[in-house]
Amino acid sequence: MRAGSAQVLMAMIWRDLRLAMRRRGQLAHPLLFLTLITVLFPLALGPDPKQLGAIAVGIIWVGALVAVTMTLSDLYRSDRDDGWLEQLMVSGHPMVLVAIGRSFSHWLTTGLPLLLLTPLFASFLNMPEQLLSTLLLSLLLGTPTLSLIGNIVAALTVGIGRSGFLVGLLVLPLYVPVLLFAAGAVNAQAGGLSPDAHLLMLAAIATLAATLTPWATAAALRTSLSSN
Amino acid sequence: MTCALIEAIQIEHERNGLPIYQAVSFRIEAGQALLIEGGNGVGKTTLLRQLAGILPTRSGRVLFDGSELDEQLANARSQLLYLGHRLGITDDLSCQENARLWQKLWGRQANQDIVRSLQSVGLMGYEQSRAADLSAGQRKRLALSRLLLCPARLWLLDEPYSNLDADGLALVNRMLASYLERGGAAILTSHGTFDPGLRGVQRLVMRAA
Repeated sequence: MRAGSAQVLMAMIWRDLRLAMRRRGQLAHPLLFLTLITVLFPLALGPDPKQLGAIAVGIIWVGALVAVTMTLSDLYRSDRDDGWLEQLMVSGHPMVLVAIGRSFSHWLTTGLPLLLLTPLFASFLNMPEQLLSTLLLSLLLGTPTLSLIGNIVAALTVGIGRSGFLVGLLVLPLYVPVLLFAAGAVNAQAGGLSPDAHLLMLAAIATLAATLTPWATAAALRTSLSSN
Repeated sequence: MTCALIEAIQIEHERNGLPIYQAVSFRIEAGQALLIEGGNGVGKTTLLRQLAGILPTRSGRVLFDGSELDEQLANARSQLLYLGHRLGITDDLSCQENARLWQKLWGRQANQDIVRSLQSVGLMGYEQSRAADLSAGQRKRLALSRLLLCPARLWLLDEPYSNLDADGLALVNRMLASYLERGGAAILTSHGTFDPGLRGVQRLVMRAA
């Protein structure tokens, strides 16, 4: 008896989360990175809380982008090396399920923890409290897009050894729109304007990415696997 | 005429413009096995990957159940199990977790539970061990348990005998014999160092193109 798509998706997400728990060191990398950034910036900038508060949003968002990017080059690496991807391809289940499952579990293990720790980072950086809810909302709408787009690049480069730098080079330009609208939302709020327009744009980008990127990721995985 | 389970007609493969193999043809019906022999680098693995649909078939035809493999790839794939050099074992999961995952994705063979299958491939007592802690031979045995756990009409086995001890070689032969008896079909590669000793085995000897 063959399993339905929903069951297969659940099984793949279960596997990813299980592995994330077993490889806790990897799980902590992006969080440690962002913690270091938010601890070091105040040391470098000096003790003026106003100056720090003014750039806090930029620091957190840029830090989040880089932290997410760092996780991408390993996203499909071990699955390729141990033959799991090959097995999935032979199994006849649509590769798009693999892409959807991995995008979701990647967000659960990177975007979501970053989001949950952001109130702490914001207080390190003395960010004005009334901006926190907008910052969190921008992260909630923006980080899924980072995972979705990151999956395409990770899938494209899975056949290339030591692709860390290449991944950054490819993916960071694609992250720029998210950064612009996310920072724009918080800055609009800080300037006394409504952040809604920016947040809606972030939501639109996330919807578009969720609809289209799994297909691109699936195609990239198939190409990467059949080329060697 | 009954149509063959899988039939290859004049398939070939090339890498960077150089042919790896040319004009390979064979025909397997349910209950039959094909042993692909040949030295290193003649393309045995590549041929199996092509039959599994991982590599595209650009020249020649592969028929599964009488129709083109490309046209009904998803259907054909759901009926075959592939055991490659990369075993498809997740290192950080236990043997039992690996097995459960396979059953979720490939379906469950009737009357085969995980503990019994692990037992019959000689991994009794290792159910909770991390796959990474197993030896190469034990990992091969774990991968072989997938053949018992999940249903399929065709097995594609790349070097099923490598890394195994004498007992393991006998295990593979027993599994193959009982599978063929039940009406399964298998295509396997070997360097020619080991003869599976099964009756009704076709041989295909590959040479460098």
